[in-house]
Amino acid sequence: MRFERREHRPLALIVLTPLLAVAAALALSGLLIAAAGAPVLEAYWRILVGAFGSRLSATETLTRATPLMLTGLAAAVAFRARVWNIGGEGQFYLGAIAVAAVGSQLLAGAPGYLSMPLLLLAGAVAGMILLIIPLWLRLRFSVDEVVTSLLLNFVAVLVVSMLIDGPLKDPLAFGWPQSQSVPDAAMLPKLMARSRLHWGFGIALVLAFVVHFVQSRTVFGLKSRAAGLSPEGAVFAGVPLARTLLFVACLSGGLAGLAGAVEVMGVKGYVTTDLSPGFGYSGIVVAMLAGLHPLGVVLAALFTATMFVGADGMSRALKIPTYIADVTVALSLITMLVAVFFAQYRIRR
Amino acid sequence: MSTFVDIVASVGLWAAVLRIATPLIFGTLGALLCERAGVLNLGIEGIMTFGAMVGWLAVYHGADLWTGLLVAALAGAVFGLLHAALTVTLGLSQHVSGLGVTLFASSFSYYLFRLIVPLAGSPPTIVPFAPVSVPGLAGLPFVGPVLSAQTPPTYLAVLLALLLAYVVFRTPLGLAIRMTGENPHAAEAQGVNPMAVRYGAVIAGSALMAVGGAFLTLSAFNSFFPTMVQGRGWICIALVVFASWRPGRALFGALLFAFFDAFQLRLQTAVDGVPYQVFLMTPYILSILALCVMARRARVPQALMQPYRRGER
Repeated sequence: MRFERREHRPLALIVLTPLLAVAAALALSGLLIAAAGAPVLEAYWRILVGAFGSRLSATETLTRATPLMLTGLAAAVAFRARVWNIGGEGQFYLGAIAVAAVGSQLLAGAPGYLSMPLLLLAGAVAGMILLIIPLWLRLRFSVDEVVTSLLLNFVAVLVVSMLIDGPLKDPLAFGWPQSQSVPDAAMLPKLMARSRLHWGFGIALVLAFVVHFVQSRTVFGLKSRAAGLSPEGAVFAGVPLARTLLFVACLSGGLAGLAGAVEVMGVKGYVTTDLSPGFGYSGIVVAMLAGLHPLGVVLAALFTATMFVGADGMSRALKIPTYIADVTVALSLITMLVAVFFAQYRIRR
Repeated sequence: MSTFVDIVASVGLWAAVLRIATPLIFGTLGALLCERAGVLNLGIEGIMTFGAMVGWLAVYHGADLWTGLLVAALAGAVFGLLHAALTVTLGLSQHVSGLGVTLFASSFSYYLFRLIVPLAGSPPTIVPFAPVSVPGLAGLPFVGPVLSAQTPPTYLAVLLALLLAYVVFRTPLGLAIRMTGENPHAAEAQGVNPMAVRYGAVIAGSALMAVGGAFLTLSAFNSFFPTMVQGRGWICIALVVFASWRPGRALFGALLFAFFDAFQLRLQTAVDGVPYQVFLMTPYILSILALCVMARRARVPQALMQPYRRGER
C-alpha cells in the first residue's frame, strides 16, 4: 500500500473535508457517550438545543465564539508562515491583564471613545511582545518556538497571578485574587440588549475579513505565505525572512492578545486566572479545522463554541462529564489532519 | 547566605531532588527515544496525563501498584501507536499531530476520570509506593537517608537511563534507531526498515512517558486531579535538547533541573517579600534558558521531523 498525490482536487472535496472530519469526530465521541450509557443522538440533539435553542443560548454561543475566532485567527496567520505559535493561551492572558492594568490605573477617568481603542491596542501589544520573545529566540539561537511559546504560557499565567494577587488586586473582592475592574466607560457596548453578546463579536468578524484580505491581496500576505512554504526559497526570491516573520508574529500575537482584551472588556470587566477555559489551545484546533483560512476560522469557532456551550446543559441532563466537549474538539483536530491528508493523496496498492 | 548553605546541606532537599526528577527522567527518556528515531512526540504532555489517570484508576480498582504502572505503560503505547500512525504512516506534521494527541489524551483522561469517579468533596486516594531502603546503602552517612526516602520507580528510572544509554550506543538495535533518525534512506539501504523502527521507538517512548505520569499519582501523590502534569511534558522536550539526545546527559539534566526546582521550593519559605509566583516561574524560564544555551551546540538527529516515504526523496 502506498500513497499517491492527487493530480487535482475538486472543489467539492475541499468543502467536504472539514465536514467529514467533524462527522468522524462526532461519531468517535459518540462511542464514548454510548460507553457512558447515554443515548448518543439525544446527547447531540441536546447539545444543539443547548447552544441555539433559545435567544439566550444563541447569544451565549456567539459570545463564546468571539475569543475563539481571535485566537483561531492568531494560530492561522502564524501557521501559514510556519511560525508555530502555541502560546495563544499566554498571549490571551497578557492581553487581558494589560487591559485591566491600563484600564484601572491610567485610563480610569477617560471617556470611552478614547479608552476603548487604547485598551484594545494595549492588549494587542502585550500579546505581540509575548510572541516576539520565542520568535527572536528562534532567529537568534535556532530554538524551536513550539516549546518556548508553550513554556511561556505557564510563565504568563503566573505573571497574571502575581499581579492580581499584588499591585492590581481588587481590595473589594473579599480576598479572592481578582484584578481591579476596567471602568464602565471602557466596556464594549452590548450588541443586543438582554444578552452578554458585545461588540467584540463584530470586531472579530471584521478582523477575519481584514486578515483574509491581507493574506490574499497584499505583498505582506504573499511574503508570509512564501516564508511558510519554503524559507530558503523565500530568501532566494528576495523576501526579508526575519522581518516578515516578525510582522507575522506581531499580527498573530496581537490577535491573541486582542482576544484576551475583548473578553475582559466585553464580558468580565476584570481578570482572574480562570478567565480562559483554554481559548488559546482551542484556537489551534479552530485554525486547523478552518484549513488555516481566515473566513473558515469564523465557522470553525462557531462549531467549537457550540460544542462547549451545548455540552453544559447536555451534561447536566444526561450525567455525562462536560469534558466530552473537549474530547470532541480534540478529536476533530486529529480527524481533520487525516481528512486533509486523504484529500491530497489517494491510496494505491 | 547561611540559609542557602542550610538548604543545600539538608537531606530533605536531596531526597526531593530524586523524587522530582523521576517523572522527568521517564518522560525525557521517552521523548529522546522517539526523537532518536526521527519523530518529535509533542503528545508527551497528554500521554503523561493519561498515564497518571489510568495508572491511578487501576490501583483504585484493586490492582497492585506495579500492575498500575504496567497499565499506564500499555495505555501510553496505544497513544504512541496513534502518533506513529499519524506521523510515520501518513507523514503528517509532527508538531500538529503531537498537539492533537496531547489535547485528545488529556481531555479523554479528564472525561474518563469524571465518568468513573464522580465529583466529591475530597478526591479519593490510594496507598502509594512506600520508600524502600537498599541494604548496604542505607547505612551510609547523608546518602543513606536520601536514598531511603525513595520509592522503587525512582531506582527503575535511573537504571532505565543506563540501560537506554547502552542500547542506543552499544547494540545493533540502537544503531538502527540512530540511523533511522539521521538518514532513513541510508538505513533502508542497510536492510533496516525505517517505518518499523519509528513505530517501535514511538510506541516504546510513549509507554515510558506514561510511566512517568503514573509516578505522579502512584508515588509522588496519592490522587489524580486535572492539570496535575503542569507542563512537565514540555519541560522534558526541552531537557532532550539540553541533553543533546544522550540518555546519560538526560539523567543528569533531569537531576539538575530537579535540584533547581527543589531549591526554589525551599527558598519560597526561606525568603520573605518575593511573590511565590516568581519562584514557580523559574522551572519554565530555566528550561527556556537551557534551550538557548544548548540548541546551537547540540547535534540534532538530521531526519528529525522529516517524514519518510519509501522511494521518495
